Amino acid sequence: MLELKNVTKIFNAGTINEKVALDDISLTLNDGDFVTVIGGNGAGKSTMLNAVAGTYFADSGTVTVDGVDITRLPEHKRAKFIGRVFQDPMMGTAADMWIEENMALANRRGMRRSLRWAITKKEREKYRTMLSELELGLENRLSTKVGLLSGGQRQALTLLMAVMKQPKVLLLDEHTAALDPKTAATVLQLSEKFITEYKLTTLMVTHNMKDAIAHGNRLIMMNAGKIVLDICGEEKKKLTVEKLLELFSKSSGTDFANDRALLG
Amino acid sequence: MDLLESILNALPGAVAQGLIWGIMAIGVFITFKILDVADLTVDGSICTGMAVCAVLMTNGVNVWIAMLCAMLAGMLAGLVTGIFHTFMGIPAILAGILTQLMLWSVNLKILGGANLALPARTYDVLVTLLRTNQSIIVLVLFTVVLVMLLYWFFGTEFGSAVRATGCNIKMSKAQGINTDFNKVFGLILSNGIVALSGALLAQYSGSADINGGRGAIVIGLAAVIIGEAVISKISKNFFVHLIGVALGGIIYYIVYQVVICLKVDTDFLKMLSALVVAVFLAVPYWKTKYFSKKKQQKKGAASNA
Repeated sequence: MLELKNVTKIFNAGTINEKVALDDISLTLNDGDFVTVIGGNGAGKSTMLNAVAGTYFADSGTVTVDGVDITRLPEHKRAKFIGRVFQDPMMGTAADMWIEENMALANRRGMRRSLRWAITKKEREKYRTMLSELELGLENRLSTKVGLLSGGQRQALTLLMAVMKQPKVLLLDEHTAALDPKTAATVLQLSEKFITEYKLTTLMVTHNMKDAIAHGNRLIMMNAGKIVLDICGEEKKKLTVEKLLELFSKSSGTDFANDRALLG
Repeated sequence: MDLLESILNALPGAVAQGLIWGIMAIGVFITFKILDVADLTVDGSICTGMAVCAVLMTNGVNVWIAMLCAMLAGMLAGLVTGIFHTFMGIPAILAGILTQLMLWSVNLKILGGANLALPARTYDVLVTLLRTNQSIIVLVLFTVVLVMLLYWFFGTEFGSAVRATGCNIKMSKAQGINTDFNKVFGLILSNGIVALSGALLAQYSGSADINGGRGAIVIGLAAVIIGEAVISKISKNFFVHLIGVALGGIIYYIVYQVVICLKVDTDFLKMLSALVVAVFLAVPYWKTKYFSKKKQQKKGAASNA
């Protein structure tokens, strides 16, 4: 369970560039909730994910995972609870290291890193099986440098590394936005598969409203640092893109349709 | 023929010195290549290694203990740079420069003057220019053991987390790696190795000098770059890569020796080293620039068609 309570984050406080990125946000995700997050540029979607991940600390409010207060926990210590996939496919893997080395790094997330050899034979077989599930042929390229893979392959690998330890919370920050449509669909399909299989509590930011409607059991919309819409269950299943646009202009007072980025 | 003869005569000495600088270059390799940090502490910490070793040995301390202490002193210097960089948020290059400057004072105090003689005839040294062949054997052993230890270390869970830290810091944090700790650790390890090479250098040359470390980073980088150029075509294996760095040190010193034998004004040697390193550092940049231009031209041609 992930709980944000009255979280506020202000950038450049007290200057002319002051920006309230998160304005007193409260949000509770139950175990297994798969929440899609939409909103215009600068609405606070990524800031919310980063506040959960610990990229920066919230100015006020608390973040708890499974009852553990992680508000002041540094990023690398939170990683024990959290799996992440970034927008930039280059960001989630170490380019100069092999596929299996990257997976071994992910496999020890939240554990002490000792002076034992980094990869055991048994692990290698496990990785091979896991990679074959991606159906990208990576299972035969364990000792290939990740930097030689395509963006889509790297993103799929990052996703696998994010979920392989079955984290308490999975954060997907527009993780298909930088991919071509076909690859994006593949990665999204894989995400859905892992989330369902491992019953992962997930926050997925997307700019694609169709994806936001088609995936997950709950949808939230953000605007100017606030959550302006929160729809779940049956109601979400009945959503359409048109209906969503209408709901947005009602709740925010602006015309969502003008935000071209959201129509994707 | 005189020239060839003088070069051949100088060869064993050049190889021995090159081996010492090769060890130093392996230290530079850890920060420059693995951690992706240009650590200028080394100009100071190599001299610290020389000073500690010389002072302890002239005070009757056993050579092995003197070298261990030299290494520990270097590690301490690395720790200081690491704390400047991580805890105090100072950019790595500046952090290294600050420590380097601090070490100038520290080294002066350790030496008790500008230099200190460590004559091989009086003290029981491991390596000396008076016995180059024996020194070469000892230094090769040192290098091999060091390379094996590092190969093992960077293959461990902790070691690969250190490599990941240098490769992609954002990813490392997301995978729960304490990147600050790893950076400090890398700086400690690197400067320990550099100080060890300093200790060997003091024994080999028979003295420790306050200016002994000046430009060490450039020689280290030159060795790393030469090593890479020589070895990258043969194998991308990490073990081979480390050996290549050590070889880079030897090649650097052989070239250096040849230049001296050609009776080039030695005042220019440091300038030459720096220029060579500058050009080699520019090559990858030029390469990408050149290739991207080629691509653009191709694209342009395609759209014209």
